Amino acid sequence: MIEQRIYIQGMVLNEEMRCSLADLCSLCGVNAELIHDMIEEGIITPEGPSMREWCFTSVAVKRVQVAMRLQRDLRVNLPGCALALDLLDELEELRRLSRRR
Amino acid sequence: MEYKDYYKILGVARDATQDQIKQAYRKVARKYHPDVSKEANAEAKFKDIGEAYEVLKDPEKRAAYDKFGANWQEGQHFEPPPNWDAGFEFRGTGYTGADASGFSDFFESLFGHGQTGRQRTHVFRMKGEDQHAKIVIPLADAYRGARQTITLTRPVIDGDGRVSTSPHTLHVVIPKGIIEGQRIRLEGQGLPGHGGGPAGDLYLEIVFQEDPVFHAEKRDIHLTLPVTPWEATLGATLTVPTLGGHVQVKIPPNSQGGKKLRLKGKGLCSASHQGDQIVTLQIVLPEPRTEEQRRLYRTMAEQMPFNPRSGLER
Repeated sequence: MIEQRIYIQGMVLNEEMRCSLADLCSLCGVNAELIHDMIEEGIITPEGPSMREWCFTSVAVKRVQVAMRLQRDLRVNLPGCALALDLLDELEELRRLSRRR
Repeated sequence: MEYKDYYKILGVARDATQDQIKQAYRKVARKYHPDVSKEANAEAKFKDIGEAYEVLKDPEKRAAYDKFGANWQEGQHFEPPPNWDAGFEFRGTGYTGADASGFSDFFESLFGHGQTGRQRTHVFRMKGEDQHAKIVIPLADAYRGARQTITLTRPVIDGDGRVSTSPHTLHVVIPKGIIEGQRIRLEGQGLPGHGGGPAGDLYLEIVFQEDPVFHAEKRDIHLTLPVTPWEATLGATLTVPTLGGHVQVKIPPNSQGGKKLRLKGKGLCSASHQGDQIVTLQIVLPEPRTEEQRRLYRTMAEQMPFNPRSGLER
Protein backbone atom coordinates (compact mmCIF):
# COMPACT_ATOMS: atom_id res chain seq x y z
CA MET A 1 0.00 0.00 0.00
CA ILE A 2 1.32 3.42 -0.85
CA GLU A 3 1.43 5.77 2.08
CA GLN A 4 -0.41 8.99 1.31
CA ARG A 5 1.61 11.87 2.64
CA ILE A 6 -0.12 15.11 3.25
CA TYR A 7 2.25 18.04 3.03
CA ILE A 8 1.31 21.06 5.11
CA GLN A 9 1.65 24.46 3.54
CA GLY A 10 2.37 26.92 6.31
CA MET A 11 2.25 30.66 6.30
CA VAL A 12 5.63 32.14 5.39
CA LEU A 13 6.63 35.08 7.51
CA ASN A 14 8.53 36.89 4.76
CA GLU A 15 9.04 40.50 3.57
CA GLU A 16 5.58 40.56 2.01
CA MET A 17 3.70 39.48 5.10
CA ARG A 18 1.66 42.19 6.85
CA CYS A 19 -0.77 41.69 9.70
CA SER A 20 -3.27 43.82 11.61
CA LEU A 21 -3.07 44.67 15.29
CA ALA A 22 -5.64 41.95 16.00
CA ASP A 23 -3.62 39.40 14.00
CA LEU A 24 -0.42 40.37 15.79
CA CYS A 25 -2.13 39.94 19.18
CA SER A 26 -3.45 36.51 18.29
CA LEU A 27 -0.17 35.36 16.69
CA CYS A 28 1.82 36.31 19.76
CA GLY A 29 -0.83 35.55 22.40
CA VAL A 30 -0.74 39.08 23.86
CA ASN A 31 -3.26 41.88 24.37
CA ALA A 32 -3.36 45.16 22.47
CA GLU A 33 -2.28 47.17 25.54
CA LEU A 34 1.01 45.32 25.63
CA ILE A 35 1.52 45.96 21.91
CA HIS A 36 0.91 49.67 22.59
CA ASP A 37 3.53 49.60 25.33
CA MET A 38 5.97 47.84 23.00
CA ILE A 39 5.38 50.49 20.31
CA GLU A 40 5.98 53.24 22.86
CA GLU A 41 9.16 51.54 23.95
CA GLY A 42 10.34 51.33 20.33
CA ILE A 43 10.39 47.54 20.27
CA ILE A 44 8.22 47.57 17.15
CA THR A 45 7.02 50.29 14.76
CA PRO A 46 3.68 49.95 13.00
CA GLU A 47 3.15 50.94 9.38
CA GLY A 48 0.09 52.95 8.40
CA PRO A 49 -1.27 56.43 9.11
CA SER A 50 -3.65 55.70 11.99
CA MET A 51 -4.20 53.03 14.59
CA ARG A 52 -7.11 51.57 12.65
CA GLU A 53 -4.91 51.07 9.63
CA TRP A 54 -1.85 49.86 11.48
CA CYS A 55 -0.09 46.88 10.01
CA PHE A 56 2.93 44.98 11.17
CA THR A 57 5.71 43.12 9.38
CA SER A 58 7.06 39.63 10.07
CA VAL A 59 10.00 41.31 11.81
CA ALA A 60 7.52 42.84 14.30
CA VAL A 61 5.96 39.41 14.94
CA LYS A 62 9.36 37.94 15.71
CA ARG A 63 10.38 40.87 17.95
CA VAL A 64 7.19 40.65 19.99
CA GLN A 65 7.62 36.88 20.39
CA VAL A 66 11.26 37.18 21.46
CA ALA A 67 10.39 40.04 23.85
CA MET A 68 7.70 37.86 25.44
CA ARG A 69 10.18 35.03 25.97
CA LEU A 70 12.85 37.36 27.38
CA GLN A 71 10.25 38.73 29.81
CA ARG A 72 9.07 35.28 30.84
CA ASP A 73 12.42 33.48 31.04
CA LEU A 74 14.85 36.20 32.10
CA ARG A 75 12.49 38.70 33.77
CA VAL A 76 13.66 41.43 31.39
CA ASN A 77 11.37 44.48 31.44
CA LEU A 78 10.22 46.25 28.26
CA PRO A 79 13.05 48.83 28.03
CA GLY A 80 15.47 45.95 28.63
CA CYS A 81 13.80 43.93 25.85
CA ALA A 82 14.14 46.89 23.46
CA LEU A 83 17.84 47.16 24.25
CA ALA A 84 18.40 43.39 24.04
CA LEU A 85 16.60 43.14 20.69
CA ASP A 86 18.65 45.98 19.18
CA LEU A 87 21.88 44.46 20.46
CA LEU A 88 20.85 41.03 19.15
CA ASP A 89 20.24 42.56 15.70
CA GLU A 90 23.65 44.19 15.80
CA LEU A 91 25.27 40.94 16.92
CA GLU A 92 23.54 39.07 14.09
CA GLU A 93 24.83 41.61 11.56
CA LEU A 94 28.39 41.34 12.91
CA ARG A 95 28.21 37.55 12.82
CA ARG A 96 27.02 37.74 9.22
CA LEU A 97 29.92 40.00 8.27
CA SER A 98 32.49 37.83 10.02
CA ARG A 99 31.14 34.73 8.24
CA ARG A 100 31.72 36.46 4.89
CA ARG A 101 35.39 37.06 5.64
CA MET B 1 17.42 7.08 33.30
CA GLU B 2 20.52 9.12 34.01
CA TYR B 3 21.36 10.98 37.19
CA LYS B 4 21.47 14.75 36.72
CA ASP B 5 23.88 16.81 38.76
CA TYR B 6 21.88 20.00 39.23
CA TYR B 7 24.76 21.71 41.03
CA LYS B 8 27.08 21.04 38.11
CA ILE B 9 24.46 22.27 35.63
CA LEU B 10 24.25 25.63 37.43
CA GLY B 11 27.99 25.67 38.12
CA VAL B 12 27.67 26.02 41.89
CA ALA B 13 29.14 24.14 44.85
CA ARG B 14 26.91 21.75 46.78
CA ASP B 15 27.06 24.06 49.79
CA ALA B 16 26.12 27.20 47.80
CA THR B 17 23.71 29.58 49.52
CA GLN B 18 20.23 30.17 48.07
CA ASP B 19 21.43 33.60 46.93
CA GLN B 20 24.42 32.11 45.15
CA ILE B 21 22.14 29.63 43.41
CA LYS B 22 19.82 32.42 42.29
CA GLN B 23 22.73 34.46 40.94
CA ALA B 24 24.27 31.46 39.17
CA TYR B 25 20.91 30.60 37.63
CA ARG B 26 20.37 34.10 36.27
CA LYS B 27 23.84 34.15 34.77
CA VAL B 28 23.62 30.82 32.95
CA ALA B 29 19.98 31.43 31.96
CA ARG B 30 21.09 34.58 30.15
CA LYS B 31 24.01 32.77 28.57
CA TYR B 32 21.96 29.87 27.23
CA HIS B 33 18.63 31.53 26.49
CA PRO B 34 17.71 30.18 23.02
CA ASP B 35 16.91 33.68 21.73
CA VAL B 36 20.25 35.04 22.85
CA SER B 37 22.71 32.16 22.65
CA LYS B 38 24.33 30.85 19.50
CA GLU B 39 25.49 27.66 21.20
CA ALA B 40 24.28 24.70 19.16
CA ASN B 41 22.68 22.99 22.16
CA ALA B 42 21.29 26.14 23.80
CA GLU B 43 17.70 24.91 23.76
CA ALA B 44 18.53 21.69 25.65
CA LYS B 45 20.94 23.45 28.00
CA PHE B 46 18.33 26.07 28.85
CA LYS B 47 15.83 23.34 29.74
CA ASP B 48 18.37 21.62 32.01
CA ILE B 49 19.15 24.93 33.70
CA GLY B 50 15.46 25.65 34.33
CA GLU B 51 15.00 22.16 35.73
CA ALA B 52 18.06 22.45 37.99
CA TYR B 53 16.85 25.79 39.33
CA GLU B 54 13.34 24.47 39.88
CA VAL B 55 14.84 21.97 42.34
CA LEU B 56 17.64 23.96 43.95
CA LYS B 57 15.69 27.18 44.53
CA ASP B 58 13.21 25.32 46.72
CA PRO B 59 14.93 24.46 50.05
CA GLU B 60 12.67 21.46 50.59
CA LYS B 61 13.25 19.94 47.18
CA ARG B 62 16.91 20.77 47.42
CA ALA B 63 17.18 18.96 50.76
CA ALA B 64 15.49 15.91 49.28
CA TYR B 65 17.75 15.99 46.25
CA ASP B 66 20.79 16.37 48.51
CA LYS B 67 19.92 13.09 50.19
CA PHE B 68 21.55 11.43 47.19
CA GLY B 69 24.78 13.06 48.19
CA ALA B 70 27.92 13.10 46.15
CA ASN B 71 27.87 9.39 45.39
CA TRP B 72 26.12 9.96 42.08
CA GLN B 73 27.90 11.11 38.98
CA GLU B 74 26.35 13.15 36.19
CA GLY B 75 24.99 10.77 33.53
CA GLN B 76 25.19 7.68 35.75
CA HIS B 77 22.31 5.20 35.49
CA PHE B 78 19.77 6.06 38.13
CA GLU B 79 16.61 4.68 39.77
CA PRO B 80 15.19 6.45 42.82
CA PRO B 81 15.17 4.18 45.88
CA PRO B 82 11.67 3.31 47.19
CA ASN B 83 10.21 5.89 49.59
CA TRP B 84 13.22 8.12 49.09
CA ASP B 85 11.01 11.19 49.54
CA ALA B 86 9.44 10.13 52.85
CA GLY B 87 9.26 13.15 55.08
CA PHE B 88 9.06 15.69 52.28
CA GLU B 89 5.86 17.30 51.17
CA PHE B 90 6.01 17.98 47.49
CA ARG B 91 5.22 14.61 45.92
CA GLY B 92 2.80 14.99 43.04
CA THR B 93 2.83 18.76 43.21
CA GLY B 94 6.48 19.23 42.55
CA TYR B 95 6.04 22.24 40.33
CA THR B 96 6.14 25.77 41.55
CA GLY B 97 4.82 27.48 38.48
CA ALA B 98 7.59 26.95 35.97
CA ASP B 99 6.59 25.52 32.61
CA ALA B 100 7.68 21.99 33.29
CA SER B 101 6.51 20.28 30.13
CA GLY B 102 10.10 19.82 29.00
CA PHE B 103 11.59 18.57 32.24
CA SER B 104 13.48 15.29 32.22
CA ASP B 105 12.41 11.79 33.29
CA PHE B 106 14.93 12.18 36.09
CA PHE B 107 13.05 15.20 37.43
CA GLU B 108 9.72 13.45 37.12
CA SER B 109 10.89 10.32 38.89
CA LEU B 110 11.83 12.49 41.87
CA PHE B 111 9.27 15.25 41.95
CA GLY B 112 6.31 13.93 39.99
CA HIS B 113 4.72 15.51 37.00
CA GLY B 114 2.80 18.67 36.33
CA GLN B 115 -0.89 18.10 36.05
CA THR B 116 -2.08 15.56 38.55
CA GLY B 117 -5.17 14.99 40.65
CA ARG B 118 -6.46 18.13 42.28
CA GLN B 119 -4.57 20.45 39.94
CA ARG B 120 -6.26 19.12 36.86
CA THR B 121 -9.73 20.11 37.91
CA HIS B 122 -8.63 23.75 37.84
CA VAL B 123 -7.25 23.79 34.30
CA PHE B 124 -8.55 26.75 32.31
CA ARG B 125 -9.25 26.58 28.64
CA MET B 126 -5.98 27.78 27.20
CA LYS B 127 -4.22 27.73 23.87
CA GLY B 128 -1.21 25.41 23.80
CA GLU B 129 2.27 26.85 23.69
CA ASP B 130 3.91 27.75 20.40
CA GLN B 131 6.89 25.63 19.48
CA HIS B 132 9.98 26.91 17.70
CA ALA B 133 12.45 24.85 15.71
CA LYS B 134 15.13 25.41 13.12
CA ILE B 135 15.30 23.42 9.92
CA VAL B 136 18.45 23.17 7.84
CA ILE B 137 17.81 23.04 4.10
CA PRO B 138 20.12 23.00 1.08
CA LEU B 139 20.19 26.19 -1.03
CA ALA B 140 18.73 24.28 -3.96
CA ASP B 141 15.53 23.61 -1.96
CA ALA B 142 15.08 27.33 -1.33
CA TYR B 143 15.75 28.09 -5.00
CA ARG B 144 13.27 25.59 -6.39
CA GLY B 145 10.95 24.95 -3.45
CA ALA B 146 10.79 21.48 -1.89
CA ARG B 147 8.98 19.10 0.38
CA GLN B 148 10.54 17.97 3.61
CA THR B 149 9.73 15.53 6.35
CA ILE B 150 10.77 16.63 9.80
CA THR B 151 10.61 14.93 13.16
CA LEU B 152 10.41 16.89 16.41
CA THR B 153 10.42 15.58 19.94
CA ARG B 154 7.58 16.91 22.00
CA PRO B 155 6.07 16.30 25.41
CA VAL B 156 2.76 14.42 25.46
CA ILE B 157 0.40 14.41 28.43
CA ASP B 158 -1.71 11.25 28.75
CA GLY B 159 -5.12 10.85 30.42
CA ASP B 160 -3.58 10.41 33.86
CA GLY B 161 -1.55 13.56 33.49
CA ARG B 162 1.72 11.68 32.93
CA VAL B 163 4.21 13.54 30.78
CA SER B 164 6.36 11.66 28.31
CA THR B 165 8.10 12.63 25.10
CA SER B 166 7.23 11.26 21.70
CA PRO B 167 8.44 11.93 18.18
CA HIS B 168 6.13 14.04 16.03
CA THR B 169 6.59 13.73 12.28
CA LEU B 170 5.42 16.40 9.86
CA HIS B 171 5.53 16.73 6.09
CA VAL B 172 6.11 20.33 5.19
CA VAL B 173 6.17 22.35 1.96
CA ILE B 174 9.26 24.56 1.67
CA PRO B 175 8.11 27.39 -0.60
CA LYS B 176 10.28 28.55 -3.49
CA GLY B 177 12.29 31.66 -2.68
CA ILE B 178 12.33 31.31 1.10
CA ILE B 179 15.46 32.83 2.61
CA GLU B 180 17.56 32.26 5.70
CA GLY B 181 16.00 33.55 8.91
CA GLN B 182 12.47 33.52 7.53
CA ARG B 183 9.95 31.40 9.38
CA ILE B 184 7.13 29.12 8.33
CA ARG B 185 4.17 29.12 10.71
CA LEU B 186 2.23 25.87 10.92
CA GLU B 187 -1.02 26.64 12.66
CA GLY B 188 -2.11 24.18 15.33
CA GLN B 189 1.09 22.10 15.10
CA GLY B 190 2.54 23.38 18.38
CA LEU B 191 1.94 21.96 21.85
CA PRO B 192 -1.57 20.71 22.71
CA GLY B 193 -3.97 23.13 24.39
CA HIS B 194 -5.23 22.89 27.97
CA GLY B 195 -8.83 22.35 29.04
CA GLY B 196 -10.01 21.86 25.47
CA GLY B 197 -8.16 24.91 24.14
CA PRO B 198 -6.63 24.86 20.67
CA ALA B 199 -3.08 23.67 20.06
CA GLY B 200 -0.28 26.21 19.74
CA ASP B 201 1.54 26.92 16.49
CA LEU B 202 4.83 25.58 15.23
CA TYR B 203 7.36 28.03 13.82
CA LEU B 204 10.10 26.61 11.62
CA GLU B 205 13.06 28.93 11.09
CA ILE B 206 15.04 28.38 7.91
CA VAL B 207 18.80 27.84 8.15
CA PHE B 208 20.85 27.17 5.01
CA GLN B 209 23.21 24.24 4.82
CA GLU B 210 26.84 25.27 4.18
CA ASP B 211 27.47 25.03 0.46
CA PRO B 212 30.96 24.48 -0.97
CA VAL B 213 30.27 26.70 -4.01
CA PHE B 214 27.49 29.17 -3.25
CA HIS B 215 26.91 31.57 -0.40
CA ALA B 216 23.57 33.30 0.20
CA GLU B 217 23.20 36.90 1.38
CA LYS B 218 19.47 37.43 1.79
CA ARG B 219 18.14 36.86 -1.76
CA ASP B 220 21.50 37.14 -3.55
CA ILE B 221 23.69 34.14 -4.22
CA HIS B 222 27.43 34.79 -4.20
CA LEU B 223 29.99 32.76 -6.10
CA THR B 224 33.73 33.29 -6.45
CA LEU B 225 34.85 32.51 -9.98
CA PRO B 226 38.54 31.69 -10.50
CA VAL B 227 39.84 33.01 -13.85
CA THR B 228 43.21 33.04 -15.59
CA PRO B 229 45.08 36.34 -16.13
CA TRP B 230 44.45 36.10 -19.90
CA GLU B 231 40.71 35.44 -19.47
CA ALA B 232 40.50 38.52 -17.25
CA THR B 233 42.64 40.64 -19.57
CA LEU B 234 41.43 39.58 -22.99
CA GLY B 235 37.84 38.85 -22.03
CA ALA B 236 36.16 35.47 -22.31
CA THR B 237 32.86 33.64 -22.23
CA LEU B 238 32.89 31.16 -19.36
CA THR B 239 30.54 28.49 -18.07
CA VAL B 240 29.40 29.43 -14.58
CA PRO B 241 27.30 27.30 -12.19
CA THR B 242 24.10 28.78 -10.76
CA LEU B 243 21.49 27.14 -8.54
CA GLY B 244 19.39 26.69 -11.68
CA GLY B 245 22.16 25.05 -13.74
CA HIS B 246 25.09 26.27 -15.80
CA VAL B 247 24.98 29.55 -17.72
CA GLN B 248 27.40 31.28 -20.09
CA VAL B 249 28.85 34.49 -18.66
CA LYS B 250 30.80 37.09 -20.63
CA ILE B 251 33.88 38.38 -18.81
CA PRO B 252 34.65 41.86 -20.19
CA PRO B 253 38.25 42.59 -21.25
CA ASN B 254 40.55 44.25 -18.69
CA SER B 255 38.67 42.86 -15.68
CA GLN B 256 40.54 43.07 -12.40
CA GLY B 257 40.38 40.52 -9.58
CA GLY B 258 37.47 41.32 -7.26
CA LYS B 259 35.27 42.60 -10.10
CA LYS B 260 31.64 41.67 -9.53
CA LEU B 261 29.25 40.59 -12.26
CA ARG B 262 25.53 40.46 -11.56
CA LEU B 263 23.39 37.70 -13.07
CA LYS B 264 19.87 39.08 -12.77
CA GLY B 265 17.19 36.78 -11.40
CA LYS B 266 19.60 33.91 -10.73
CA GLY B 267 19.30 34.22 -6.96
CA LEU B 268 16.45 33.29 -4.62
CA CYS B 269 13.29 34.67 -6.21
CA SER B 270 9.84 34.65 -4.62
CA ALA B 271 6.57 35.78 -6.18
CA SER B 272 7.39 39.45 -5.71
CA HIS B 273 11.08 39.66 -4.84
CA GLN B 274 14.01 38.97 -7.11
CA GLY B 275 17.42 37.73 -6.10
CA ASP B 276 20.53 37.85 -8.29
CA GLN B 277 23.72 35.84 -8.48
CA ILE B 278 26.82 37.90 -7.81
CA VAL B 279 29.95 36.48 -9.44
CA THR B 280 33.23 37.79 -8.01
CA LEU B 281 36.29 37.27 -10.19
CA GLN B 282 39.38 35.83 -8.60
CA ILE B 283 42.46 35.92 -10.80
CA VAL B 284 44.59 32.82 -10.27
CA LEU B 285 48.19 32.91 -11.44
CA PRO B 286 49.48 29.78 -13.14
CA GLU B 287 52.72 28.47 -11.65
CA PRO B 288 55.36 28.13 -14.38
CA ARG B 289 56.52 24.52 -14.60
CA THR B 290 59.09 24.73 -17.39
CA GLU B 291 61.91 27.10 -18.31
CA GLU B 292 59.90 28.23 -21.32
CA GLN B 293 56.94 29.13 -19.12
CA ARG B 294 59.20 31.08 -16.78
CA ARG B 295 60.52 32.95 -19.82
CA LEU B 296 56.96 34.09 -20.62
CA TYR B 297 56.77 35.84 -17.25
CA ARG B 298 60.22 37.41 -17.82
CA THR B 299 59.09 38.65 -21.23
CA MET B 300 56.06 40.23 -19.61
CA ALA B 301 58.24 41.88 -16.98
CA GLU B 302 60.41 43.36 -19.72
CA GLN B 303 57.71 44.40 -22.12
CA MET B 304 55.00 45.58 -19.71
CA PRO B 305 56.39 48.24 -17.38
CA PHE B 306 53.81 48.35 -14.60
CA ASN B 307 53.89 49.45 -10.97
CA PRO B 308 50.87 48.08 -9.05
CA ARG B 309 52.07 49.95 -5.93
CA SER B 310 51.97 53.47 -7.36
CA GLY B 311 49.01 54.21 -5.08
CA LEU B 312 51.16 53.59 -1.99
CA GLU B 313 53.68 56.32 -2.85
CA ARG B 314 53.38 59.61 -1.00
